[in-house]
Amino acid sequence: MNSNSRFRWWHETVLVILLVGLLLAAAQAMPNFVSSRSQLVLSKHIWETALLALGMTLIVITGGIDLSIGSAMGMCAVAFGISYEFTGSVSVSCLVCLLTGAFGGALNGYFIAKLRVHPLIVTLATYAAFRGIAEGVSQGHSYSRFGESFGALARGTWWAFPLAGYIFVGLAIGYWILLAKTPTGRHIYAIGHSEQAALFSGVRVDRIKFLLYTSSGLLAGLSTLIYVSRFDTAKADAGTGLELDVITAVVIGGTSIFGGRGNIVGTVLGLALIHETKLLVGRYWQIDELKSVLVGVTLIVSVLAYQALSPKNRK
Amino acid sequence: MRKKTNVSWLVASLLLLPLSGCGSTTDSPSSGATHTAGKPKIKVCLLPKIKGISYFSSCADGAKEAALELGNIELIYDGPTDGDPRKQAEMIENWTVDGFDVICVAPNAPDVVASAMRDARAAGVKVITWDADSASDTRSFFVNQATATAIGEGMVSAMLDDLGSDVTGDVVIISSDATSDNQNTWIATMKPALEKTKLNLATIKYPGENAANALADSQDVIKKYPNLKGIFGISSVSFPGAAEAVEQAGKSGEILVTGLATPNDMKSFVKNGTVKTVVLWNTVDLGYLTIYVAEALATGKLQNGATTFRAGRLGEKKLEGDNVILGDILRFTKTNIDNYEF
Repeated sequence: MNSNSRFRWWHETVLVILLVGLLLAAAQAMPNFVSSRSQLVLSKHIWETALLALGMTLIVITGGIDLSIGSAMGMCAVAFGISYEFTGSVSVSCLVCLLTGAFGGALNGYFIAKLRVHPLIVTLATYAAFRGIAEGVSQGHSYSRFGESFGALARGTWWAFPLAGYIFVGLAIGYWILLAKTPTGRHIYAIGHSEQAALFSGVRVDRIKFLLYTSSGLLAGLSTLIYVSRFDTAKADAGTGLELDVITAVVIGGTSIFGGRGNIVGTVLGLALIHETKLLVGRYWQIDELKSVLVGVTLIVSVLAYQALSPKNRK
Repeated sequence: MRKKTNVSWLVASLLLLPLSGCGSTTDSPSSGATHTAGKPKIKVCLLPKIKGISYFSSCADGAKEAALELGNIELIYDGPTDGDPRKQAEMIENWTVDGFDVICVAPNAPDVVASAMRDARAAGVKVITWDADSASDTRSFFVNQATATAIGEGMVSAMLDDLGSDVTGDVVIISSDATSDNQNTWIATMKPALEKTKLNLATIKYPGENAANALADSQDVIKKYPNLKGIFGISSVSFPGAAEAVEQAGKSGEILVTGLATPNDMKSFVKNGTVKTVVLWNTVDLGYLTIYVAEALATGKLQNGATTFRAGRLGEKKLEGDNVILGDILRFTKTNIDNYEF
């Protein structure tokens, strides 16, 4: 980190400037863009990605990565659909869905923490395996019509704010406290800086890692619930490609892919920047293929802007 | 100082980004340019299953023609480039928030987009379906290219005409997704029609709207069924895939391929004999009719219970319930395929 400087929030400042600039430009182009009503209604496009980004931030800070979350969502969605078909009960299906996610995450955690296989390799393997299981078990079948009340999870509001948004805000505060204010949080940074050093100073590295990957799987289960509720459909292709959106948001948010640096505030800003960029393309230009291009541009611009601003780079 | 100029350059370029328009405003007028002189235009969104395949591009051509003719339409044509129905739902939500007047949806998976369509209607947007239908409470009208019976039986009779009616052997169907409503209803009419013939329906494959999978599935069935006489490719992606597989296997003429696709996609296969007949409706007219229905709905010219509808150069079109019917299917063969350019 910028140990020679007292101000530690350069990256967040850059992100806020970019976000405000984007919103100002968007408001100029189409006044309705920044209205709180339209922003709240369309916020439902981001909550699943946002939840996953919380778990991913912690994992990336330890120097790890979880590529399997998108596929885990496919597996969770199929688990949800099949248990709904058998029991007809949404609450049982929700439980099965969450457990499936936690199980998938624990499997990653076991290989990474206990057997010491590199996270990239483990989660690349489960990335393929989870999706394969989902497709094999469901045979491409899509489950749907889970009832009006379940749809409220993703589409409902309370005091004009989306229900899924409350879940995210609550968890984001929890993750922020865990990372910024607790010994465990400091241990997570320590692992990212140097796993050996952390180990020798008594940090229970494998326990923390196991729990991080398990909770990432659990978050995948939770995201799946919102996802299934939003589209009223549970199918093996749920969450396809979402892992890359999540990693992009985390990296834009200033978390170092090499570990040891990053925080939840940055991730939240990164998510907002991606979300608003996609909305602008969809609502102003109406050109779907431009979305991924501009998300890529956002990533590069945010990193370049940080490098231009950061005192470390002033020679 | 250098630092500051860097930042202001970045912010300035970001501010200019939306104004430059990326050169996209040439043929699809964007919502940013609504304040042109004269009456406010009716803002219509045409949402295809997939953007960028020739089937839907030709529909869009017809839609643009209709918008130009009517003069009071501002047409937006956008859809997911990967055919993901969830992106369709998100686009409908975007357009609803931004106050578009009519949204015309070709749903790729009706259940996935249903909630977004209901929300749009609740917000006062008129919603119609075209090319594929969804639940009747999610839209007011469906612009139907042809009845399912006409399409399903049309393909079977094309196959019989091409093979000769007393040929025995296996046929297979290469469909789209297992959840595609259109394909499933056509299959439902093809099955009884095939039972009346000496052909045996060996299997149905679901490669999705994916050209590589369609090719692979077709290669599988060619290997697996030695007595294969014909393949039905019943989506505009699976048909060229199946024809390609037969051609690669060197079985052109031995295994006949028929199905639904745009004539332009199939011209080379028709000319070399792999395909004798292509079945389709006029896709340009489908897009054209959809925009006419959208305009009539927005201006109140088209009401529930109407039995006929006048659509520009297409003349009178029949309504069956809340379905506006485009009409008969077309057959493209070696003799007439060059007359069609879509």
